[in-house]
Amino acid sequence: MTPTTIPASAGTRHLVNLALVRWHLTASAVCYAVSLLAGLAYAFQFNNLYPFAGIEFLSPGRVRMVHTNIAAYGFIANAFIAGLLFAIPRLTKRPILSDALGWVIFWAWQLVLTLTVIGVLAGFGQAIEWGETPVFVDPLVLVGLVLLVVNMTVPILQSTEQGLYVSLWYFLAAFAWTGLVYFMGNYLPQFWIPGTAGAAITGLFIHDLVGLFVTPIGWGLMYFFVPLLLRKPIWSHALSLIGFWGLAFFYPMQGVHHFLFSPIPMYAQYGAIVATIAVEIVVLTVIVNFFGTLHGRADAIRGNLAVRWFFTGIIFYAITCFQCAFQVTLTFQKIIHFTDWVVGHAHMVMYGVFGFWIMGMFIELWPRCIGRPWATPRLLTAHYWLTFVGIVIMVLDLTAAGLVQGFSWAGLSHWGESVVASMPFWWVRTVAGLIIIAGQGLFLYSMWATARRPATEPGMVRIGTPVEA
Amino acid sequence: MERFGASFLIAGIVTFLLGFFLQGVMPVLTLRKVPVATVEELVQTIPPEFSDLAEEYPVEFERAFGEVSLASLVEAIELGKENYIAEACWHCHSQFVRPVSKENIRFGPVSTPEEYQNLMQLPHLFGTRRVGPDLIRQAGKHSNDWHMAHFYEPRNIAPYSVMPAYPWFFDENKRPTKRALALVAYVQWLGSWAREVPGTIYNVDAMRGGDQ
Ligand code: HEC
Repeated sequence: MTPTTIPASAGTRHLVNLALVRWHLTASAVCYAVSLLAGLAYAFQFNNLYPFAGIEFLSPGRVRMVHTNIAAYGFIANAFIAGLLFAIPRLTKRPILSDALGWVIFWAWQLVLTLTVIGVLAGFGQAIEWGETPVFVDPLVLVGLVLLVVNMTVPILQSTEQGLYVSLWYFLAAFAWTGLVYFMGNYLPQFWIPGTAGAAITGLFIHDLVGLFVTPIGWGLMYFFVPLLLRKPIWSHALSLIGFWGLAFFYPMQGVHHFLFSPIPMYAQYGAIVATIAVEIVVLTVIVNFFGTLHGRADAIRGNLAVRWFFTGIIFYAITCFQCAFQVTLTFQKIIHFTDWVVGHAHMVMYGVFGFWIMGMFIELWPRCIGRPWATPRLLTAHYWLTFVGIVIMVLDLTAAGLVQGFSWAGLSHWGESVVASMPFWWVRTVAGLIIIAGQGLFLYSMWATARRPATEPGMVRIGTPVEA
Repeated sequence: MERFGASFLIAGIVTFLLGFFLQGVMPVLTLRKVPVATVEELVQTIPPEFSDLAEEYPVEFERAFGEVSLASLVEAIELGKENYIAEACWHCHSQFVRPVSKENIRFGPVSTPEEYQNLMQLPHLFGTRRVGPDLIRQAGKHSNDWHMAHFYEPRNIAPYSVMPAYPWFFDENKRPTKRALALVAYVQWLGSWAREVPGTIYNVDAMRGGDQ
């Protein structure tokens, strides 16, 4: 592997702008804390212990929007941008188009997040799931996305002589998708398409945001970091080809599966179900490719914490993928739709898979940005275990709660019975959340403690060495 | 292929459009024969609950909306929907009745697409989670007073409830503000077009296993 600090042809400019990476990681960590605390507050509402009861600007419904939107656009998006800023120059051997533009994007994005929090809390949330960002912030998001795409696409398009590595295919496609998806979801059902057809488009947005933004960038980064961490190439180029084209083809046509049994035309519902089951097979190719790559280096799961995060993420991915193929059927939907089962599922994918991969990235990137190895390896191991135990409890608990709720409703019990029956599950959920948050406290402390250590040369920390787990 | 980076950008756009056509445009095309009603076209009758509201809270109603009329009804339900969105009620309440899980017995008639072809449904509020019951057949299930008391503190009415209290919809004398009136008008309007026996109230509630 080439060291990170190989200068570009111009001499003074480094290949990777580590300062930008560091700031995006920091912003991601801050958003992570905000999102977790908002989620915790909302969980307390379900124990009737809401800490801010009676305060209009911290009304639980509004705080929930902070939880989801800051998780998606703050924690995940900032971490992804950091990963892209690191991966793309190393894969293309060219720096991003402009460092100045990179800083403009950084600040624009943090402005978007700040305005989102303020706007949502002030009562301007938009009624689009995962797109609650107020209507007046949406144009700024779109501008930010376009700038981001320009800044990162140019080096990729300039470097195609030797052929593009699979990660870059995903990044390019995601760059085309993200802006389109964001525009579609935040504008069409808001201003032009009412009712049932609008719901179909909202479903598509909920889905595409996961499928065409988080998934391709997440996969691309995984395909970049895992071989880097293991110091061996990915197992199968052919499988990654199938994975890419399968995702591109099947993922965009499943939106309506979020509204099964709704008044949306049935053919669209059937189509969504079939495409969803198809994409689960595609996801399998990625999982197989991961294990193929890991083969022979399984010791890294013990020895290298970053690998362990990626590995745990892929296990969750396999579970989700299996779960998805069943829960998308009409049989399951009768019972589990509208219940906490789906909430559990969402946490397993967004947090258990992509959140875990992001943690793996953090473990690898933060020491490189800071220029010194992790100061607190044992805390980081504790962080891993707390997060792992917390998310497992949360997902199992919410899944079970969903079944209880679904059958209670189908059995025509009084509505209150489903609420009372959910109470213990909602308590366990809060406890699981507290475990996760305790873990993240250790993590944020570790980031801070590491940054405060006496410096060595930035960029000189070797791959795979930072943490003995 | 891997040598032409632009092909991945183009592939992205093409596959997005294909999915958008199948899952977004096709439903629009299917539904295009049902004209989209404006709010004024849609709201043609005044539900009894709205007139009751003016009788029960005369001073507050007068101050907020003036007379009972179609125009004030439109104003009230639009403002009600705005607050419904601001508080994200739709994260805990859905607005469509499915043909499964005996929902037609619990809530009322199964939802049909035509019901949603109007500008009150821009943006739609289908929802994806039910912590509380579906609300699209809410009209007349409870009295206005019930809703007022419920919004002020749900646990006074349903001790097990986890619904947030909304005291800021009421003034210092605990009288409803314009927002409270609007929200009650809105939830009482939801499904007023689909009562099983037009014009009657409390009919579906009776089948739901008693009072709350
Ligand atoms: C945290 C989830 C939650 C939020 C947010 C929420 N509710 Fe509820 N809602 C419930 C639960 C649970 C019930 C059932 C228990 C009860 O009657 O309080 C309920 C009941 C209701 C009912 C009575 C339904 C019936 O058929 O008996 C209405 C009307 C209602 N909510 C309206 C609203 C409105 C309007 C908002 C937003 C201002 C809102 N809810 C926000 C959870 C929620």
